[in-house]
Amino acid sequence: MRPRIKIYLWLFAVNLFISAFTFGGGYVIVPMVRRFFVVKKRCFSEEELINMASIAQSTPGAIAINLSALAGYRTAGIAGALIGCFAAVIPPLVILTFLSACYNMFISNTVIAAILKGMEAGVAALMVDLITDMCFLIVKKKSFLLSAMIPLSFAANFIFGVNVALILLFCCFLCIIQVFYHRGKRS
Amino acid sequence: MNAAWNLFLTFFRIGLMSIGGGYAVIPLIREQVVEKNGWISEKMFTDILTISQMTPGPLAVNTSTFVGLQIGGVKGALSATIGCVLCGTVISLLLYRFFQTHKNSVYVLEVLNGLKSASTGMIISAAFTIILLALYGTNQPEADWLSFNRTALFLLIAMLFLSRKWKLPPILIMLISGIAGLLCYG
Repeated sequence: MRPRIKIYLWLFAVNLFISAFTFGGGYVIVPMVRRFFVVKKRCFSEEELINMASIAQSTPGAIAINLSALAGYRTAGIAGALIGCFAAVIPPLVILTFLSACYNMFISNTVIAAILKGMEAGVAALMVDLITDMCFLIVKKKSFLLSAMIPLSFAANFIFGVNVALILLFCCFLCIIQVFYHRGKRS
Repeated sequence: MNAAWNLFLTFFRIGLMSIGGGYAVIPLIREQVVEKNGWISEKMFTDILTISQMTPGPLAVNTSTFVGLQIGGVKGALSATIGCVLCGTVISLLLYRFFQTHKNSVYVLEVLNGLKSASTGMIISAAFTIILLALYGTNQPEADWLSFNRTALFLLIAMLFLSRKWKLPPILIMLISGIAGLLCYG
C-alpha cells in the first residue's frame, strides 16, 4: 500500500475511535490526541499539541472537531484536515441518528445512567491531568504576565461570566503591549 | 427557502458565534433553535441536553444532528452538522497556518502565548463545570454539601492516579470509570 493512503487510513480510524470516546463535552480529545499523535506516532511534539489545542479552543466551534482537523492538517495536509474532521463527526452523527428514534428508552435506562455517572468522574480526572500539564508548560516559561493570565481569565469567565472572545482579545492585547514595553526599555 | 439550506445557515451561525465551547453555547443554541425558529419545543431541547451529556461528541454537533433529523431527515441532519463544524475548522486552519508562517515574528509569538494562557483559563473553567457536575450532580455553583457525592470524589482521585502515575491511556480511563460507575451506582 502507498504510504500516503496508509496515513489517511490511520487518520480516519484514529479520529473515528477518539471521537467515539469524547464524552463530557469534547475536551478529553486533547489527552487522546496526545496519546495517539504525540506519544505513539510522534507526528508532532507536546508543545505543538498545546499550540493547536489553544487555537482550536480560541476559534469558533467545538474544540474536539477543530483539534481533529488541525491534527489531521499537521499530519497530512488539507486532505488530512478533511479526513480528521469527517471522521470526528461520524460517531455523534450516527449515535444521535439512532437515539432520536428511541431516546425515551435510553434516558430512563438505569444501567446506562450508572456507567455515565462513572464516566463523568473519569472525564473530570482527565481534565485535571490535562490542565496540570498545560499550566506547567506555561509557568515553565517564567513569564509573570503569562502565568497570571491563567487564573485571571479563569476567574473572568467562570466567576464573572465575561464573554470568552473578549477575554481572548484582551490577553492578546496585553501580550503585544508587553513586547512594546520590553522593546522600549531596551532601546 | 429550502429546509436543508435554512438548517445549514442557522447552524453555520451557531458555529460561528460559539467561541469557548462547552456549556457556554447552550443559551445560544436554545435561542436559535427553540425561540427564533421554533423547530423544537423547550422540553425536547432539555432532552437533547441530557442525551448530549450521555453520548460522545460536542454539544453543538449533537444538537445539530438531532434538530436536523427532526426537521429534514438525514439530509437535514447532514446539512445542519456540516454548517455547524465548517466555520470553526476553516478558521482554526487559517489561524494555525498564520501562526506557522509568522512564527519568527515576536508579535505573533506573543499573541499565541497570550491565547495559550487565556485558553488554559477557559479549559479550567470548563473543567470546573464538569467537576461540579460529577461531584454534585449539578453544574450550578450554588450546589450544597448535602448533594456531595463521595463515591464520585473517590473515583475522580483514583482515575487521576491511574492517569498520572500509571500513565494509562485516556480511552482505558474512560472504560474503567464506566465499569466502576456500573459497579458503584448500578
